[in-house]
Parts: sequence; C-alpha cells; structure tokens
Amino acid sequence: MSARTDTNAGGRWLGLYVLGYLVFLYLPVLLIPLFSFNNSIQAAFPLQGFTLDWYRSLYGNPALSGALANSLVIGVIAASGATLCGITVSYMDLYGRSPLAATISAIARLPILIPGVIVGISLLILVNLIGLGPSRISIVLGHILVALPTTVVVMRSRFAAIPKTIREAALDLGASDWTTFRRVMLPLSAPAVLSAFMLAFLTSFDEFIVVFFLAGTEPTLPLYIWSQLRFPRSLPTVMALGTVILCVSFIIAGSAEILRHRGLGAARRNPA
Amino acid sequence: MSSTIAAARPLPENRTAPAFRFAMLLPGGLVTFFLILFALGLVLFLAFRGNDGSLLGVGLTVENFVTVATDPLYWTVTLRSLVIAGLVTLATVVTAYPVAYYLAFRAGRRRNLLLFLVTLPFWTSYLLRVFAWKIVLAYNGVLNSAFIETGLWSQPTLAFLNTPAAVVVTLAHAYAPFAILPIYVALDTIPKSLLEAASDLGARPFTSFRRVVLPNSMPGVLAAALVVFVPTVGDYVTPAMVGGPASTMIGTLIQSQFGKANDWPFGAALSVCVMLVILCVVLVARGADRRFGSRT
Repeated sequence: MSARTDTNAGGRWLGLYVLGYLVFLYLPVLLIPLFSFNNSIQAAFPLQGFTLDWYRSLYGNPALSGALANSLVIGVIAASGATLCGITVSYMDLYGRSPLAATISAIARLPILIPGVIVGISLLILVNLIGLGPSRISIVLGHILVALPTTVVVMRSRFAAIPKTIREAALDLGASDWTTFRRVMLPLSAPAVLSAFMLAFLTSFDEFIVVFFLAGTEPTLPLYIWSQLRFPRSLPTVMALGTVILCVSFIIAGSAEILRHRGLGAARRNPA
Repeated sequence: MSSTIAAARPLPENRTAPAFRFAMLLPGGLVTFFLILFALGLVLFLAFRGNDGSLLGVGLTVENFVTVATDPLYWTVTLRSLVIAGLVTLATVVTAYPVAYYLAFRAGRRRNLLLFLVTLPFWTSYLLRVFAWKIVLAYNGVLNSAFIETGLWSQPTLAFLNTPAAVVVTLAHAYAPFAILPIYVALDTIPKSLLEAASDLGARPFTSFRRVVLPNSMPGVLAAALVVFVPTVGDYVTPAMVGGPASTMIGTLIQSQFGKANDWPFGAALSVCVMLVILCVVLVARGADRRFGSRT
C-alpha cells in the first residue's frame, strides 16, 4: 500500500516535470508572437502597447514576397521528389527482396548521421561540378536529400503496417507488381503519402543550414530572415513574419499528424 | 470480359517484373548514389587536393590534413565543438528521459496529445527557435529586462549573450525534441511482463527501474544521443547567432572555408575530419549498444 502511494506521488512529480519541460520547450518560441504585437523596436519588458504595424509592414514588400514565392515553389517540388523517393525506396526495401533495395534504403536514411554543413558543402561541390551552380534547382536537390529520411521513415512504417496478406492476395489474384502497387498498396497508404509530403514540405520550407550554401540570387524565406537579422530595426518585422511561419508550421504539422493516425486506423480496420 | 480473364492469369514475367523493379529503384537509386555517395566522395577527393582557386583543386596532397593536425587552432575548435556537442547531448538526453518515461508508462489517455506536443517543435523553423533565444539573451533582451522589471537586478548584464553557455542552452533547446522519440520508443517496447516479473519478485520501484527499465532502454538512449550529437557538432548557425567569437565551432570554420576564406580543399579536409569523429562516436555507441543488448 505504501509502495502504491509512493508511485502515485512520484507520478505527480513526474507529471509536473513534464509540464515544466513543455513550458521550457514552448516559452522561448512563443515570445516571438508576443513581441510581434508589441509597439517597440526592442524585444524587452515591459510591453509597450498593442500594434499590428509590424504585420502591416509585411505587405507590399517585394523582397519578402519573392522569397516567399521561392520557398513555396521549392518546397512543393522538393517535397514531391522526396515523397516519390520515400515511397519507392521504402516499398522496395520491404517487398523488393534485393540487397540493392536494402542498401538504397539504408543510404537514404544516412543524412541523419551527416551534419547539415557537410551536406551543404558536398552538394555545393556537386552542383558546381555538373554546371548547375547555386540555384533554385540546386536547392531542390538539397531539400530532397534533407527531407528523404523523414519520407522514408513515414512511408516505411506505413507500408509495414499494412497486413502482408492484402498484397499477397492481390498478387495471387493475378495483379502485376505494378497494379498491386498502384491499385492496392498506394491507395491504402494514401494518408501517409500526404503526411510524408506535408512533413517534407515543412522540412524544406524551414530549412536554413543547407540552403545557405546552395542559394544563388533568389533567397528563400529563411535566407531572407537571416539577411534581415543584421538590422536591429527590422527585428519586429522578422518577429511578425516568424509568427506567421510558426502558425503555418503548426497547422501543417498538426494536419500531417492527424492524417498519419487516422489513416493507420482505417488500414487496420479494413482487413478485419 | 476477355481482359478480366487475361488479368486473372498470373503471367510468369509479372513475378519478376524487371521493368517494375527498375522503375521503383530508379528515383531512390539516383538520389542515394548520386546526391549522397558521389557528393560525399567528391568531398573526400577534394580533401586531398591543393587549393588553386579552381573547383576541384590541383595535385594530390595531404597538406590539408597536416595543417589540421599541427595547427593548435583546429585542435582548440574541434575540442570545443566536441565539448559543446557533448554537453548538449548530455543535457537533452537526461532531461528528455523522464518525459519519455512519463509518455511510455504514465501518460494514459493523454499520451497521443503529449507525443504530438513534444514533437511539434521539431517541425518548426530551426532558425526561428535560435532567433527566439537571441531575443531572450540579448543585452536589451527579454531576460535582462524581466529581471530589471522584477527588481532582481538594477543593471542589464552582458553575461548571457555571446558565451559558449548560450550556445549550449540554445542548442539543447533546439534539439530537445530529437531526443524524446527514440527513448520513448525503446521504453514503450519493453514487455510489460518484465516489469510485472520484477515487482512480483519483490523489486522496489526504484530497483526495478535501475535493473530492468534503464538497461532495456539504453538502445533508445544511445540512438537519441546520436541524433542530437551529430547535428550539434557541425552546427554553425547557433554559434553565429548567440555564441560570439569565443564559441566558434568546427562547422563555423567549414562554412567560412567555403565562403570568405575560399579554400574549398581545406574545408573539405575539415569535413572529412568531422565525419571521422562522428564515425568514431557511432562505433562507440554501437559497441555500447551491443554490450547493453547482450545483458538483457
């Protein structure tokens, strides 16, 4: 009995600790939205007054809208590429039964073990060698690489969660590999595909370390922010922009998470 | 009707389908072999070349590595990077463990929500998370002004920003979400029967934690340490934003070789050294993993 009260008290302390941890995790980030509404150049207490001026200054800024357009285009293309690679790599890893497929899958997850700065410089050497140079295409290549581990992991766990019998039934009924993949396995994992795409898009949209080396004359949104950080007067604008970016990230990541879980439930229910 | 019959007949080439295999392996194969292996090969190649301003350098030399090994500057910076990354790894793993433990054993119905909350920052901009710390630690920043406002201090202090401690705190915060998930997965996969057996055999909660839970979760702890250590040891953004000149890290040096200093072969040699260090860390982690694995 005393042991049980002990664990309950321990659990309460642990719960408090987790709460504190979450505060530590979110508090610094939430300061950005807080000060983005503050009527002062300085991000300091006491708060001066409520204003939307910093958000208004985001409108009609050609450098900013150019960077935003770049980020969106690069994000969509890179996420499409990374998702395509994630789907095919993980599918072949699970069902290809070849050492080559397993090797490709292992290498695809390797970028986790390479610091971003080295990914950046290795691609910088590569794109200069093949004549692309720092450009939007180079950024797309870099972001496919950065997002690849995510898409492979998401798709692999999804394909693995589909009962083996479904694929075997399709093959036994005479469907070709291609038909089985396109008509059975892909529709069953559609929510995960969308989830992988969204997470890959976010990875590209927020990525800074690699893009720093690969950008030519057209910056992406994180590079634009970086360039603005040198000017103390533009910090409130950066905070307003940061708030918008954080909101978009939260919404996309939240949707991706919901999709991943919802889809998984459906796949497990269907065969039963 | 005829198409149904044709489709129902399993054709032998459908079983092997080399075209399907080729098409499915192509995108991943291109990316992994060309963008990862070939690009890393280029770095290795460039590391053994001399700098003549051209893209791939000139000659064949180990001079770059001799410079790295003999110049004390690089030893200092490498050592500093290892210490900072080591401290960050230690801090993130130790603080993440109780959270992962709570998620695995105590969270109950709140588990999915909590898991989502701790992983959400992972998907937000790294640059913004670091920037947040810059405004927290700045001379005219949040921390100083809050302390003065509450009367704890009368003067703002310069002691926060531009210190290695600022780098450690910022990196630990930026990479905190990386550590929780691997540990949680390891804890969650411990069979509940093991814990019941321990308690049935009379182990107190703490003994059962120390002798059963902790050893069984070590693979997750090591994986967490690795995914935090690797990106932090090569980081150049955080030292630039909150670190000041006293916290230059090896990533900063690599970045400047490909920027201002414009000595790509030497930057490549530094990168190779960093990769070797990471390889050593991976091997040590693997060895430790195997030791813990054999104990269970």
